[in-house]
Amino acid sequence: MSEDLLTRARRQVLEEGRGLGYDDVVEVLRLPGADIPGLLELAHDVRMRWCGPEVEVEGIVSLKTGGCPEDCHFCSQSGQFTSPVRSVWLNIPELVEAAKQTAATGASEFCIVAAVRGPDERLLSQVRDGIEAIHAEVDINIACSLGMLTQEQVDQLVEMGVHRYNHNLESARSYFPDVATTHSWEERWATCEMVREAGMELCCGGIVGMGETLEQRAELATQLAELEPHEVPLNFLNPRPGTPFESLPVLESGDALRTIAAFRLALPRTILRYAGGREITLGDLGTRDGLLGGINAVIVGNYLTTLGRDPGDDLQLLDDLQMPIKELSKTL
Amino acid sequence: MTTYCDRCGEPTDAGDHRACESSRQLEPPRYCPACRRRMKVQVLPHGWVARCVEHGELTGA
Repeated sequence: MSEDLLTRARRQVLEEGRGLGYDDVVEVLRLPGADIPGLLELAHDVRMRWCGPEVEVEGIVSLKTGGCPEDCHFCSQSGQFTSPVRSVWLNIPELVEAAKQTAATGASEFCIVAAVRGPDERLLSQVRDGIEAIHAEVDINIACSLGMLTQEQVDQLVEMGVHRYNHNLESARSYFPDVATTHSWEERWATCEMVREAGMELCCGGIVGMGETLEQRAELATQLAELEPHEVPLNFLNPRPGTPFESLPVLESGDALRTIAAFRLALPRTILRYAGGREITLGDLGTRDGLLGGINAVIVGNYLTTLGRDPGDDLQLLDDLQMPIKELSKTL
Repeated sequence: MTTYCDRCGEPTDAGDHRACESSRQLEPPRYCPACRRRMKVQVLPHGWVARCVEHGELTGA
């Protein structure tokens, strides 16, 4: 059975460049452990064939931390939970310094993130000033993640020179009501469509390991494929103290690797980025396996409220794997 | 003088904080070890800064 699936996937995805559909993604996610090496090898071949050997490196920083009015159950920045994360704003000189540090790693993307439902005038003003200050001193693409947008705000971000906008679906449509109740999956989808239609690159992914079924994990992969984002950041739940998901188990590494490969087979041409949670889910060895199993982008350094691996370790790993870092000029 | 776990905010001499220590390898501190106030913490790409209104600033990578 599994041999049939991989043979079919090889023909459809590797040779023809057509992503797997829902039923096949479910089957991939159910493959026995013994099939994981072959699955990762196929996913890696697909990535090399349709994306190439380069890896896109990105750094992220939180411009506005905590105090979010939304109730995303995975997030320690919600003001609705008793999380230890307090609200704090980053000033412009610190933001520019963070961009410089990120650029020094060879990264081509720097993402400015705010924990908000959507941006207000104060936040957009801070973002505008921050982008101007970064562009004056640092050669790097700027991405933003500022929550749900109106068309007017989308247009403003385009005008500011925002290269890519992140807004995750977070989970499958059918599971989303278990993840957040203060906004809908459809609202997220609408922002993603506006971003894409305005000409910004769309970065849209999600988090796995939030209690969803394998079928819902496959549903997310196929819904993302329908949306056709430029980049899919793949997060693994890192259960945060004080959040409704704090007691969920960390995803097993085999399931994480199956998920990486399944997403690559559903999205053969998309930038598939390691985002949060890989350190606790996969560790060093699993991180390497994922890079040889469909991943072609990484976030280096720390995340928004948690810490990542030493950037030097990730860059050394890419060097060991002979995966060149995508240069800035090739992203424009 | 009582000191506090910078992850969970409980006194360091009460309970087992080995899980906190383990988690702290991939997390910045959240509570001031001197007074257990929640600190304002800014995580940066290559480090973090934690500020206690009473006891000042801590930094780390």
